[in-house]
Amino acid sequence: MLKRTLAVAAATVALGGFATVAHAGKDLDAIKARGSVICGVSTGLAGFSLADSKGEWTGLDVDVCRAVAAALFGDSKKVKFVPLSAQQRFTALQSGEVDILSRNTTITMTRDTSLGLDFTGVTYYDGQGFMVPKKLGVKSAKELKGATVCVQPGTTTELNLADYFRANKMDFKPVVIEKLEEIEQAYFSGRCDVYTTDASGLAATRATRAQNPDDHVILPEIISKEPLGPAVRHGDNQWADVVRWTFNAQLEAEEKGITSKNVDEMLKSSDPQIKRLLGVTPGMGKALGVEEDWIVKIIKQVGNYGEMFERNVGKNTPLKLERGLNALWTQGGLQYAAPIR
Amino acid sequence: MAVDARFSSTPPKPKVAPWNDPVIRGWFFQIVVVGLFVLLAVYLVQNTMENLERQKIASGFGFLEKEAGFEIGDTIISYSAADTYGRALIVGLVNTLRVAVLGIILATILGTLIGIGRLSSNWLLAKICEIYVEAFRNVPLLLWLLLIAKYIRESLPGPRQAWNLLDAFFLSNRGFYVPVPIADPIDKYVGIAFLIGIGVAWYVARWAKKRQEMTGQQFPRIWAGFGIIIGLPLVVWLLGGAPLKLSVPALQGFNFSGGVVLQPEFIALLIGLVLYTSAFIAEIVRSGILAINRGQTEASLANGLTRGQTMRLVLLPQALRVIVPPMTSQYLNITKNSSLAIAIGYPDLVASVNVTINQTGQAIEGILFIMAAYLTVSLSISLFMNWYNKRIALVER
Repeated sequence: MLKRTLAVAAATVALGGFATVAHAGKDLDAIKARGSVICGVSTGLAGFSLADSKGEWTGLDVDVCRAVAAALFGDSKKVKFVPLSAQQRFTALQSGEVDILSRNTTITMTRDTSLGLDFTGVTYYDGQGFMVPKKLGVKSAKELKGATVCVQPGTTTELNLADYFRANKMDFKPVVIEKLEEIEQAYFSGRCDVYTTDASGLAATRATRAQNPDDHVILPEIISKEPLGPAVRHGDNQWADVVRWTFNAQLEAEEKGITSKNVDEMLKSSDPQIKRLLGVTPGMGKALGVEEDWIVKIIKQVGNYGEMFERNVGKNTPLKLERGLNALWTQGGLQYAAPIR
Repeated sequence: MAVDARFSSTPPKPKVAPWNDPVIRGWFFQIVVVGLFVLLAVYLVQNTMENLERQKIASGFGFLEKEAGFEIGDTIISYSAADTYGRALIVGLVNTLRVAVLGIILATILGTLIGIGRLSSNWLLAKICEIYVEAFRNVPLLLWLLLIAKYIRESLPGPRQAWNLLDAFFLSNRGFYVPVPIADPIDKYVGIAFLIGIGVAWYVARWAKKRQEMTGQQFPRIWAGFGIIIGLPLVVWLLGGAPLKLSVPALQGFNFSGGVVLQPEFIALLIGLVLYTSAFIAEIVRSGILAINRGQTEASLANGLTRGQTMRLVLLPQALRVIVPPMTSQYLNITKNSSLAIAIGYPDLVASVNVTINQTGQAIEGILFIMAAYLTVSLSISLFMNWYNKRIALVER
């Protein structure tokens, strides 16, 4: 220990006193000082994070970050989006290049522990599925013996795929390309028989990239649990709290029927829970270290969870996803917020 | 003292203060620089370790022993998802070496032909070779790779409509399937006969060279060598009853089974590397040949050698001395450029490491592994080429 200290001290002196670079748990301070949140998103996945021709980002993952900005700064526009590949994402978060990773990322134990991340909640309950061209006549994933499968590297998808085929004693050939557009192109050109990724991703690809979406079927088997959610790095629990409770607030708002349209009327509500949520009864904002009307800002600018879902991936979007597991617990789904009180 | 000074070859040192002595000064500054460098390295390593520890990020090479759990699409040594990360990295390394070695061989052959072609007295041939060189070396390799990979995927038919030759060779967007002989016990003896053939051919070549130096008589040693190397195993195989069972690719389920396959990604990468690098090699070969005095050609033609003999016996041996050092760089380039495989989905070393990094989160170890692997391969190529360069260097007589 002494030797080590001496070595570091000597090096520090020798180098003219460079300070040891370290995270002091001050992520939140840095974000506040900067005045904007830097949010890592995907390089382009319809419904979750996709930039339009003007460089405006939209999607469920994007709105998660916008809500955080609304809570912190009262302005959902104070976000800078950094598109990251599946392989870059964790390094970008670990090294401080982004403050929050909201990039259809599956929560797993390895990622939470040995990658030094903290997941703050599940924004979308997903599962891995398979898509095949209709003309192959495949009805079930169990018939995929010997198939060539297109898959992106560096994801849980790749492991689930190998596990599923091993468990069912089938062989397959993977074609692994990192860039989403390239792997989609490989599938649609017929290089692969099957394309596999999270079911939401399959729906997005089919809706936006297929020449004729009806030529492709998504097989009924869902072979994995993929709870997707935003992550922050270890070291600043206060920052993690802001991200966690922002999302909980959106869920809670949906449960209480607070929407971006009626939030102003709701301010006059006599329901003590709503009063607490909207900061009419102060306390919650202070506890989190933000303005008391933080939830009002979130709901006005981004909306509650249901609005966010329907706007980006719901029935009236090209993705046409059902709420399914992502319905509130009161409606038979899994979305269940810890109470804000 | 005075006596010593008179007899020794170096003059006596004038007396100077140690801080003015150039030798001591030289040592002093070198030690200071090395010391600072070591301190910097220690500082960086310590800092990294501490930060990793603080963020509870795992470190160390223990992960190499763990089960990888992912599949690799194109392997020539056995591998399954149940093997370790270490094995997955080896599979990637073998894939890198496979494309690099084949690329080096093919690019050398093609490049030499194009280079000689540019010097041809045939105007059309020379122009075509020139256009080839300019087209391939002036566009980034990555673009060629993406273009070739896309072309293969888009233009070739699916496996059920595959282009078919003799019902044995199939070309589709799943790759090029060719039949291979099934292993037979006699193979071992055929292999031994092949090795013996190489030895005998080498001995014959040496004998022929000696005879030519003594008597001036020539012996067709190249043809004889080929005959021995191919003939001997052939005789053994025929004596063994000429067993020939082929594993012929056939459509089964989604895809072909049987035979061996050259996958589209491999073909695309190989074609891209060969086309790109051969353009550079062509220029190197051309410069090597042009570096030789024109008088050499004229003299050898005047001596009655044919044009082919002039090229083979007079020009190329001398040109090689100019060609080999820059050629080494091109071989290293092929090896390193093969890492562009990642863009088109060929599972090379970088791809294996990237997946491993992602599953384990141990980026630093993974990158170190890549660097060590490329360094080893590149240094091996350099060592070999330097040895070869020394061997062919002009011996002054």
